[in-house]
Amino acid sequence: MKEQPLLKVRNLNKVYGRGCTQCLALTGPAVDSNICPACNTIIACAGIDLDVYAGEIIGIVGESGSGKSTLIKCLCFDEMPDAGEAYLQNFAAGQTNIFAVSSQKKRWLRNHRLGIVYQNPHLGLRLDSSCGGNIAEKLIAADWYHVGKIRTRAKELLKKTKLPLERLDDLPKNFSGGMQQRVQIAKALANNPPLLLLDEVTTGLDVSVQAQILDLIRQIQQRLGIAMIVVSHDFAVIRMLTERTLVMKNGRVVESGLTDQVMEDPQHAYTQLLINSML
Amino acid sequence: MRVILKVTDLCKTFTLHRLNQRKIIGCQNINFTVQQGQFIGITGKSGAGKTTVLKCIYRTYLPSSGSIVFNSALQGEIDLAQSDVQQIITVRRQEIGYIAQFLRVLPQMTALDLVVETLLAKGDHQEQAVQQARAMLRHFQIPAKLWDAYPHTFSGGEKLRLNLAQAMIKRPRLLLLDEPTAALDEQSKAPVQEMIIELKKSGTTMVGIFHDLAFMKDVVDSNYQISQGCFKEVGIA
Repeated sequence: MKEQPLLKVRNLNKVYGRGCTQCLALTGPAVDSNICPACNTIIACAGIDLDVYAGEIIGIVGESGSGKSTLIKCLCFDEMPDAGEAYLQNFAAGQTNIFAVSSQKKRWLRNHRLGIVYQNPHLGLRLDSSCGGNIAEKLIAADWYHVGKIRTRAKELLKKTKLPLERLDDLPKNFSGGMQQRVQIAKALANNPPLLLLDEVTTGLDVSVQAQILDLIRQIQQRLGIAMIVVSHDFAVIRMLTERTLVMKNGRVVESGLTDQVMEDPQHAYTQLLINSML
Repeated sequence: MRVILKVTDLCKTFTLHRLNQRKIIGCQNINFTVQQGQFIGITGKSGAGKTTVLKCIYRTYLPSSGSIVFNSALQGEIDLAQSDVQQIITVRRQEIGYIAQFLRVLPQMTALDLVVETLLAKGDHQEQAVQQARAMLRHFQIPAKLWDAYPHTFSGGEKLRLNLAQAMIKRPRLLLLDEPTAALDEQSKAPVQEMIIELKKSGTTMVGIFHDLAFMKDVVDSNYQISQGCFKEVGIA
């Protein structure tokens, strides 16, 4: 029997603006724009189909403004898509469109089934709360109430993400960029999510810290079997971590396939341009 | 004997969109069959299309036409040229190995981890995987003091031997080798040859590209030469 995807997304659309009947026809990679000339609506994502299988890491690449982060924001309910459906295999037997459920259920899904790590730690952490407090926040949201157990779990997560245990009660605002990303990853892992969304998590970090974070992501996937969607504009990061890749431009997926195939035998003109522009 | 790989009328053309849709022929009308435990060698000048054929089989390149039928132990006969991505990922994890000319690895991944993870991805247990990985690194004469070091710092020969260890440890049903001895001295070639012979005995089918004809003639069963993208069988000199 064919394996069912953990997450199935179909025809996801997200626009910023009032929209018109010509928006989709007048935008996209063919015209190299995601702004509708008729009504000035921005087409952030259009017609996105995506399958993520249990335990795999899938990459999403594309230039700034291509719609990568909007897609991630829609998947973790930071933004609501204007159209489309998504199904999580471990929610209502994969039969219920998660975009159509109540806000309460969306919050439950986010707290119990998803982990999110943002490029900017300010978005994922309370920098004025202790490192342990940040992890506790996620655990309490996932119905953990025993203080002792929360503290034990927080220590476990610090160990997993290679953070010194003695920093448990320190404030993340006093941490380096790499350490803040580790706290974010620890917080995202707190509820044992089957799916982790990582949005440009190594961007802006110096190369040695970047290498540590990449190694940590790989270890998490290998040891915990968590599926991940990794968004990056860095092809080297995608190549190192993923088996499958989607290439986005102007809010559309222009190419998808095995990562090595996308990198070495790109089919779309835009992907060829991206690959040829790599240093 | 069972046919493991049957390549029929394989053609690969690259279309360069940025250069007015210019077409570059990688290989054309490639036909060959490999039986279980057989090793076929491919020789030819640089740029003749040897690696293109290998990468089409591994699906790093999308074939333009033709079929590549692989007899999978798990999925039966599948056409690698047409299979969906999930099918390819499964056969890569379980049954097909590829030894590239260059080792690509995360910057902070140790040599031992690299080999261990090949087995973990296949579904093996951690302890067993570590034991097997150590034995394999020992076989390929990678010093124990380098096992917890990062392969970026290794010499060309050490990287290649690590590459071989990583691909061979899973004992794939089909192993594709792209110049497996290119950066090795004579002494380092011996364990490679031993491992190839051992894998052949245990039923691994292999297709390899060689410039090292002396090494090749000791291990292959037949030799194909590729010239201007076309294939023909030649004897083993």
